[in-house]
Amino acid sequence: MLASVLLAAEEAGRITTHSSWLPENFEIIFGGLASILVIGALFKVAPGDIPGIRGWKKSLQVRTERIGKELLQAANNKQNSINLAETIRADKGDIGAERARMLAEADQTAARVLEEGRARVERELAETEAKAMADIEAGQGRLTAELQGQVAALASAATEHVVTGSLDRATQVSLIEDFIAKVGAG
Amino acid sequence: MSEDRIEAYATALFNVAKAEGNIDSVEDELFRFGRTLEGSDALKNTLTDEMVPAAKRQAVVEDLLGGKATATTTQLISFVVGSGRGKDLPAIINKLVERAASSKSKAIAEVRSAIELTDDQKTRLAAALANATGKSVEVKVIIDPSVLGGLVAQIDDQVIDGSVRTRLDQLKAKL
Repeated sequence: MLASVLLAAEEAGRITTHSSWLPENFEIIFGGLASILVIGALFKVAPGDIPGIRGWKKSLQVRTERIGKELLQAANNKQNSINLAETIRADKGDIGAERARMLAEADQTAARVLEEGRARVERELAETEAKAMADIEAGQGRLTAELQGQVAALASAATEHVVTGSLDRATQVSLIEDFIAKVGAG
Repeated sequence: MSEDRIEAYATALFNVAKAEGNIDSVEDELFRFGRTLEGSDALKNTLTDEMVPAAKRQAVVEDLLGGKATATTTQLISFVVGSGRGKDLPAIINKLVERAASSKSKAIAEVRSAIELTDDQKTRLAAALANATGKSVEVKVIIDPSVLGGLVAQIDDQVIDGSVRTRLDQLKAKL
């Protein structure tokens, strides 16, 4: 086709070009359009076993499939990321609730331990106080009893000493006479 | 020693004392000796020790009673100790005293005193005790310094306590 166009132009007259390297503008335009048409036709209607075209088409198809897969993978990743974000948000919410629950439980435990400790301390204090009071009372009682015993012993000893010291013969006889008189009186 | 043997010894001593005609004094002296023996472990051990020859035990008795008791009393005690029955002497004497009192239809009043009683006091005490117990009483006095003063009389199971010791003990208990 390009050859027939060039022959027709030569038959029409002498052709003068502006450049020894580049064709004329209309040649570039029509030649480009013609090339596009030829390539498009080849691509569209050429059989698959033409070397080059088949690999190109296949590579384009593979590329298309790869891009589709990548798009699908990206969509999946995006969905996974969304799901993960939701999970993290949910977990974060759960963690907050768990934290609040643990804090509340810790507060309750601390309050209970404090209360028990206070009760135990009060109980031990009361027991210690009662024991101390009992010990004091026992000590007082013991001291009092010892003191009473000592006083009684001293009093007894003093009494016996005084009595035996005053038991002269006349007193002895008097006691015997009193005994006889009382027994006789019945 | 069996009860029968004690009874036999008591009867023999009683009959001897009665035959000698001084049963009252012998009975009284035996009673006193019996109480002395009960109150002295050393004397009791000496008179009942089988290792000590009988002659020596009898010599101890004669030393103790010689001139202080009648010859009958000394000989009777010496006889019992010499025959190896010293440990049963208090029981024999008690039985003899009971027998003597029984023969006179009297109960024995064992009276403890810090000092000796006169015969007049013994007589009046016997009358007072007879009045209090309703029994005819024969008074046996034991000198016991632990009484301190006053008297303690025991007739059978009945005790009449008028001693200073008991009053002091009561005072101590109250104190």
